[in-house]
Amino acid sequence: MSITRRGFLTATAATATVLGVAGLPHIARAAGPRFVVVGGGPAGATTAKYLKRMDPAAEVTLIEANPTYTTCFMSNEVLAGDRDIATLQVGYDGLRGHGVTVVHDRVTGIDADAKTVATAGGESLAYDRVVVAPGIDFRYDAIEGYSAEAAEVMPHAWKAGPQTTLLRQQLEAMDDGGTVIVSGPPNPFRCPPGPYERISLIAHYLKRHKPRSKILVLDAKDKFSKMPLFLQAWEQFYGYGTDNSMIEWVSKTDGGTVTAVNPATMEVTAVAGTFKGDVVNIIPPQKAGALAFEAGLVEDGWAPVNKGTFESLVTPGVHVLGDSSVAASMPKSGSSANSQAKAAAAGALALAKGEAPPVPHLANACYSIGGPDFGFSVAAVYAYDDFENALKPVAGAGGVSPLDAGAEARRRELFYAHSWFENIKADIWG
Amino acid sequence: MGTRPRGQRHWATALIAGGLAFGAPLLAAAQEAAGDPTVEVMAGACTFCHGPDGNGLGAATPSIAGLPVETFEYMMQSYREDMNPSTVMGRIARGYDDEQITALAVYFGDKPFERLPQPWIDQALVAEGKDLAAEYCESCHENEGRDGEGVGILAGQKLQYMRFSVADFLSGAREMERRQARKFRDLMDDHGPDGFEKILNYYASVK
Repeated sequence: MSITRRGFLTATAATATVLGVAGLPHIARAAGPRFVVVGGGPAGATTAKYLKRMDPAAEVTLIEANPTYTTCFMSNEVLAGDRDIATLQVGYDGLRGHGVTVVHDRVTGIDADAKTVATAGGESLAYDRVVVAPGIDFRYDAIEGYSAEAAEVMPHAWKAGPQTTLLRQQLEAMDDGGTVIVSGPPNPFRCPPGPYERISLIAHYLKRHKPRSKILVLDAKDKFSKMPLFLQAWEQFYGYGTDNSMIEWVSKTDGGTVTAVNPATMEVTAVAGTFKGDVVNIIPPQKAGALAFEAGLVEDGWAPVNKGTFESLVTPGVHVLGDSSVAASMPKSGSSANSQAKAAAAGALALAKGEAPPVPHLANACYSIGGPDFGFSVAAVYAYDDFENALKPVAGAGGVSPLDAGAEARRRELFYAHSWFENIKADIWG
Repeated sequence: MGTRPRGQRHWATALIAGGLAFGAPLLAAAQEAAGDPTVEVMAGACTFCHGPDGNGLGAATPSIAGLPVETFEYMMQSYREDMNPSTVMGRIARGYDDEQITALAVYFGDKPFERLPQPWIDQALVAEGKDLAAEYCESCHENEGRDGEGVGILAGQKLQYMRFSVADFLSGAREMERRQARKFRDLMDDHGPDGFEKILNYYASVK
């Protein structure tokens, strides 16, 4: 990647003049717009794949530090002991098969004026448009005593992988009758129903293997995603609302907001008081991934974007999407990221060619598991309003599973949840 | 899963005409728009559940590639009007107008229906299922269920999805054509639920 854009184009043009482009598809290919995508999670990997699908002539380079990615989705089933973590792990050969150049490296800087991306490995990659999808980072400073080191004792498990395995091992090692503390983060955060699915599936595990144990939920919110459906599952399976409930949920109003932790004593301090856990899962307050900050794309913790193309409102030519971006009113979910990535790919391609970007019509669908044979979902379709720069839910569509749906409907939602998992993996990395 | 036997298309046409009409001009416009990035982005919201190009790996979410345009439109219409039980499709289908549905129908209709591996198929049921299918299904689901015109594609369709569909037809949650209802009744009388299970395993296994 040492050839500059100008020099590269000159060389291509000269060769084309002499030999003719028609007989040289590799030269025609090289003449396409150049994209660098940073981050190989759902948003970044989908963007890279669909850039190539939408324009096979595009040169697409994906930079991702790790050779495998572990999905957050379905990681709660790993915590419950119902799933092998290997099923969450995906590699990048699928993207290579689509013609994406995958580089395992870390980005150290983005020069939006020179249009280059620098890596720790010493490369400088020139681009026409760059797509940044660094996911989330944690606001460790929001909880006194919490840090990356403390997370080795009190795991967050909110980026799947070793943290997921650690939390699973702690749950397995805990004695029957122990207390699991889970903290719910303030909005906005990755996967709004995720903490509550996690609580459900930890309860599902404890009920089978350590039935005298308790889960104490200390929440920084008064309500949460799919709340009536989760409460229904907790009542049905885990005695919620009775004296013998396995789950106790402390809302923000009741003092649930966690302010400090002490990993040495396994104590968690919330507004309501200090509690001791045998296993402590701190899901911290969140912000955009580090690279979004380093590249100066963030305002108030997250990256504001044009929600039609996901081009940064701070730095033109740079697209930010996935959990790092402000894509309200779409939630920060894998399905949202996947849907948005296709708009970002089409938008970036159009802008690279000086064409008008498409007006996206996007969707989110998100299944949660509340217990055995007990799934439910939220879905919505979003139309882009360019006047307000808003992704607006289409009226009359969307919503959550009905509370009065029968057992068969709940059972089917579990099948569809697992099908979704296989299919979104294939759509992103396959 | 098929909803209408061949030759009885008028039922769906009437249903659709009663709601919102999908017409020839819409189809022509949709075909023109098939390569439009707007359509590709819109279709991209289907594939995180249904898989790349509408062909998934999961057991329950049906493949939606390669369907006749009219069949795709009819299915979306039935979800929109709550005439077809679903988990999320009712809530999703209402987010698209006629023009968008036709555009999606043309987009996915152009993609090949891929018969991906279904390891959960009970191979022991397949041979008997094939014989039963020949007797009860093949007259409408032609070419081993590969032809989707008017009835949807059964060959290689997801087993769990077809089970759900059959259950909904049998319970009355989803309306059957007269001829289909007669075949379902005969099959149930002659072979019981096992007969359906054999046939579905067979159709899922067709390559």
